[in-house]
Amino acid sequence: MIKRKKRIYLISLFFITIATSIYLILWALRDNIVFFYSPSEIQQKISLKEIDEMSKLRLGGMVKESSIEKLNDGSINFIITDFDREMVVFYKGIIPDLFKEQQGVIAEGSINNEGMFIANSILAKHDENYMPPEVQDTLKKDYGDK
Amino acid sequence: MINKGNELKLQLVNPGILERYIKTMSPWFCVAFISSLIIGLWFAIFNSPPDYLQGETVRIMYVHVPSAWMALFIYSSMAIASLIGLIYGHLVAFIYTKSVAPIGAVFTLICLVTGSLWGKPMWGTWWVWDARLTSMFILLFIYLGFIIVSKSFNDPLKGDKISSIFVIIGFINIPIIKFSVDIWTTLHQPATISKLDTPSIHIDMLIPLLVMFASFIFLFLYIFSIRFFSELNLRRYVAYTLSSK
Repeated sequence: MIKRKKRIYLISLFFITIATSIYLILWALRDNIVFFYSPSEIQQKISLKEIDEMSKLRLGGMVKESSIEKLNDGSINFIITDFDREMVVFYKGIIPDLFKEQQGVIAEGSINNEGMFIANSILAKHDENYMPPEVQDTLKKDYGDK
Repeated sequence: MINKGNELKLQLVNPGILERYIKTMSPWFCVAFISSLIIGLWFAIFNSPPDYLQGETVRIMYVHVPSAWMALFIYSSMAIASLIGLIYGHLVAFIYTKSVAPIGAVFTLICLVTGSLWGKPMWGTWWVWDARLTSMFILLFIYLGFIIVSKSFNDPLKGDKISSIFVIIGFINIPIIKFSVDIWTTLHQPATISKLDTPSIHIDMLIPLLVMFASFIFLFLYIFSIRFFSELNLRRYVAYTLSSK
């Protein structure tokens, strides 16, 4: 019985040690593990001079309502918002099907000297809600356009 | 002095008796798998609505999500079995861990491949190195690592202890996978079913998802029973050759 107890203690101690070290590694790397920054975080980083025009980064948030503007040369610009701060994004290239107003989006690229974001690729992000189109229509009718 | 409950427990940790139980159950696992697969696929392909945003592509979910659940569930069960094996020394725990590992690895692979096929039309990319996708990719390698470690001993009894420790170390990855979408920003969306408030999936889509999950569980049990017999026979053979030397 004592031997078994000792084994339980040993295994737990072993597991806790390894879990702690993994936790510390992930904590130290947290800034690299995040996939994208919100507009607020990017503007904070610009003001802290942590990033400049050379740094490659990803900006994520919601496409602001009626902000998508199509230009004649095939490029688009739109506003990404986190409902606190927002950033203007320029992009030229293929847009994913899910890219829409009031949908999640992630732009990959860098900032320019005017604080705008020049994207070289765009990824669409969808949320965790799944429902048939009819249900979405009734939801829209019931709660307005939100 | 042995009461009924203890008697059953003793029978279940006895490999020979457990083998007889599984032998009677395994054809029923197969029947349950095939029938629930037919029902599940019929629901998933013909009798469930398209998504308001993703359209028909959402049907990939009915394979992708259950296989992700199975990958996590099988690994967690392996970690519990390894713990029991290390503490109590029950042989069936080691045999269980070793027999289900390849099943978990294949479910992880199915999850990664279907996720990639789903990511291209929806997100616009086959693969990104965000926290959820990367941690799931690591899980595949943990499974493969376990399979290699557990096979690299001539005497299976010697490999059991080391490979069980390996499984317990790898278990740290499971909560990382589960909570990666909440801790860090990811391209992958957060959990739908296991949210604290009500699941945000329509009931017509939840039914095929759960039926497919049930069918994957029966598939897992059926393959497990086959692998359990072969692993047990392998150990009998090794024990026999070692004793006759």
